[in-house]
Amino acid sequence: MTLEVTHGRKLKRITVEDIDSLARGAAILGTGGGGDPYIGALLAKQAIEEFGPVELVSVEDLPDDAFIVPIAAIGAPTVSVEKLDTVEKLYLTIEKLAASLNRTATHTACLEIGGSNSMLPIVAAAQLGIPLIDGDLIGRAFPEIQMGMAPLYGIQATPMALADEKGNTLVIEAIDSFWAERFARQASIEMGCNAFNSTYAMTGAQARESFVAGSMSFAITIGDAVANAQHNNLNPCDVLAETLSGRVVHLGKVADLQRQTTGGFAKGQAMIEGMGPDVGSVLSLHFQNEHLLATKDGTVVTTTPDLIIVVDAESAEPVTTENLRYGQRVCILTAPSDPRWHTTEGLELAGPAYFGYGVPSHRWDGTPEGHTESIERYRA
Amino acid sequence: MRIGIDVGGTNTDAVLLDGGQVLASTKVPTTRDVTSGITQVLTALKELNGFSPDHIRGVMIGTTHFINALIEARDLCPTAAIRLGLPATASLPPFTDWPDALTSAVKGRAYMAHGGHEFDGRAISPFDPDEIRRHAEDMAAHGVRSVAVSSVFSPVNDEFEQRALSILREELGPDFPVSLSHEIGRVGLLERENATIVNASLAEMANRIVDGLAKAVLEQGITAPLYVSQNDGTLMDIEYTRRYPVSTFASGPTNSMRGAAALSGFSDCLIVDIGGTTTDVGALVNGFPRESSTHVRLAGLRTNFRMPDVLSAGLGGGSRVRTDQGTVGPDSVGYRLTDESLVFGGSVLTATDIAVRSGRADVGDASLVAHISDAVVRSALEQIDRTIADIADRIRTSSAPLPVVAVGGGSILLAEQLDGLGSIYRPENFDVANAYGAAIAQISGEVDRVSYIADGDQKRALESARQEAVDRAVAAGASPDTVSIVEQEAIPIPYLPGNAMRVRVKAAGNLTLGK
Repeated sequence: MTLEVTHGRKLKRITVEDIDSLARGAAILGTGGGGDPYIGALLAKQAIEEFGPVELVSVEDLPDDAFIVPIAAIGAPTVSVEKLDTVEKLYLTIEKLAASLNRTATHTACLEIGGSNSMLPIVAAAQLGIPLIDGDLIGRAFPEIQMGMAPLYGIQATPMALADEKGNTLVIEAIDSFWAERFARQASIEMGCNAFNSTYAMTGAQARESFVAGSMSFAITIGDAVANAQHNNLNPCDVLAETLSGRVVHLGKVADLQRQTTGGFAKGQAMIEGMGPDVGSVLSLHFQNEHLLATKDGTVVTTTPDLIIVVDAESAEPVTTENLRYGQRVCILTAPSDPRWHTTEGLELAGPAYFGYGVPSHRWDGTPEGHTESIERYRA
Repeated sequence: MRIGIDVGGTNTDAVLLDGGQVLASTKVPTTRDVTSGITQVLTALKELNGFSPDHIRGVMIGTTHFINALIEARDLCPTAAIRLGLPATASLPPFTDWPDALTSAVKGRAYMAHGGHEFDGRAISPFDPDEIRRHAEDMAAHGVRSVAVSSVFSPVNDEFEQRALSILREELGPDFPVSLSHEIGRVGLLERENATIVNASLAEMANRIVDGLAKAVLEQGITAPLYVSQNDGTLMDIEYTRRYPVSTFASGPTNSMRGAAALSGFSDCLIVDIGGTTTDVGALVNGFPRESSTHVRLAGLRTNFRMPDVLSAGLGGGSRVRTDQGTVGPDSVGYRLTDESLVFGGSVLTATDIAVRSGRADVGDASLVAHISDAVVRSALEQIDRTIADIADRIRTSSAPLPVVAVGGGSILLAEQLDGLGSIYRPENFDVANAYGAAIAQISGEVDRVSYIADGDQKRALESARQEAVDRAVAAGASPDTVSIVEQEAIPIPYLPGNAMRVRVKAAGNLTLGK
């Protein structure tokens, strides 16, 4: 079973005109993390202008023996806005990984739809002239490579290929996804904190099982919806909530903001003082790279793995955790993640406990997680 | 005594100050040619007060010239951008995502070179002097007259920008205008580079304007130093203005806000600045405007200039009032207010007429608006109050009470009390708050860098940045006993090893004036 995209358009190809909507939608699905897709969007437009539109293939249409090699950037968003991605040889990690498995990639894909990682696969697909899968392995953004759908199905993030702009490449063969993440993180630091990686190479049959289907189209639908709402003077926050099948939790101003760095992670909390319909209420937002936990007047409202999204109250443009500032007027929304994140195994990988929050997981509608099933239920 | 001048789009305002006291103030229409406008306003001031030029110890000028030149894409010089970062950053060369009209207005030429630094200060690739020389030759051959240099992570390490500067000067001449990105913007290469290119393209105009200002002031017999106000409400000397014209871009609203604060005595307040056409609302924190946190698009360019966080509405003293629709603004008679408003004998019903009819203001001839019905007055006032209360509320960060200070010629529209905002303070000399703000502006020093901090050592890193900011302010001319930290921020950078923090500190103090 996969997340059904019941509204919006199912695209057959991605053109230059889709990129801005995709960037906005991906930033919203990035739940505060995943980096600003602005630079990625420029690169994607440039690649499509040079090589033509990218063919988008839905997960259901994949042949069993297709060989999919996804691609993403690994590093620090702060670095990538300064040392911009150089993508002339972006396809190298895909070729490198495929070659290490004695295969040739028939498709590429997005590892993570949230944030700037939605953009590079478009560049690589254009360069290689191969189709891109309409889907990704998370359905949102998470900070670590093993936090994907594939490990839930026994597909590990190894082997993994890395490359930097200087031409250095590396293939990591680790014992599991956790080790692959650790080695890749260290290598990416040596590469100047801005590198490309390919991992989770898989067959079409495996992809049908483990991908969050339709997420590229969904991100474009979200971006379109916000743009249309802005253009037609509708309340873009309400429109966004509806598009995400989620809800608006709080409208307010950032009244207090604290950040700490521990073990390389930037943790923080923000107090959002209610305004308008929420006057008198205070929402407390906890974030690391993404927004992970929201409590309102002391009660847990929603937690990771469901989506907690902070947008500008007026425009519904997404606000990253790094750009959260005192005095901003924001709207906080929450929406369901892929149902498989709510299995025992999914919560173990990306529930509030993994990030060190001592609260039980709560779904986007505010209900505690309760009894959860195993991922086995979702096996094809 | 000092003189503050604000050259706005419509009016040029000036004040003569002794200490904090306003001795005289005046307004003249802004002229296209800077020199004559300044001459007019100084002459007018002299007629009012009869001061001796010898007693003037400083002239502070705020001007919108440079930002208007960018927006109108006029008087920009042929500019090259050279970026050091190869083999990184090659995919998105300078001028990427620029509007075509602006690229052609600056005849933009993009060059890439090796160099740049990693986040931790390692070189991406070695600096290559010959490569820069070859680029300089090409620039000379193509009639480039100003250069913008940006090197990857130059806010962390500016070495390569400095080396490129000396080679460009060797090749192109010792006075060739070169703008370095680490002196202009923050982390964020494309935005910083854009700001640097804009700065470079204004180089010739900056010389012309600065020469014009200096000449106009000197012609009045004033030999005191000249300063220009910057985006953040502090001053730069005119030599610095030649090099950093972009630093004036947001000085208009900033001067108003700083002036309002000084005139009212509040350091934390909301400022409502009402002109002829628009109302700007901003927040003052510790005496300085709160900055906008988002990227600023200027003339279609994405930049990371620091701009004050200001919300605007199309409402001012000249706003047209339409009785049939019950609307006020957003169109306005603007500077023709004194000809077109009913109270001044004109034929257009404006917000000023409503203010006079309601008794809020006393300008012009009240008998000319006596016929306007109570219902029209009530509905127009309601709309004026609601619009202003609404934007003021949006700029507030909490429901805690905050004084509201109203300035600008149009502030006569305001009630003495506004729902949810309480009393409105309208200080003396409210109509020349911007010129006053320029006159009392301070001198600042700033540090913005990425530091690597062992756990628990954040305090020490911040302390050394604070000291450096204070030292820089004093070096720039601030009187040491008045310098204080006006802003500081430490933002952890995720995914970087060694607990990296972006540390940003600004110190400011009163200008030491000679004589």
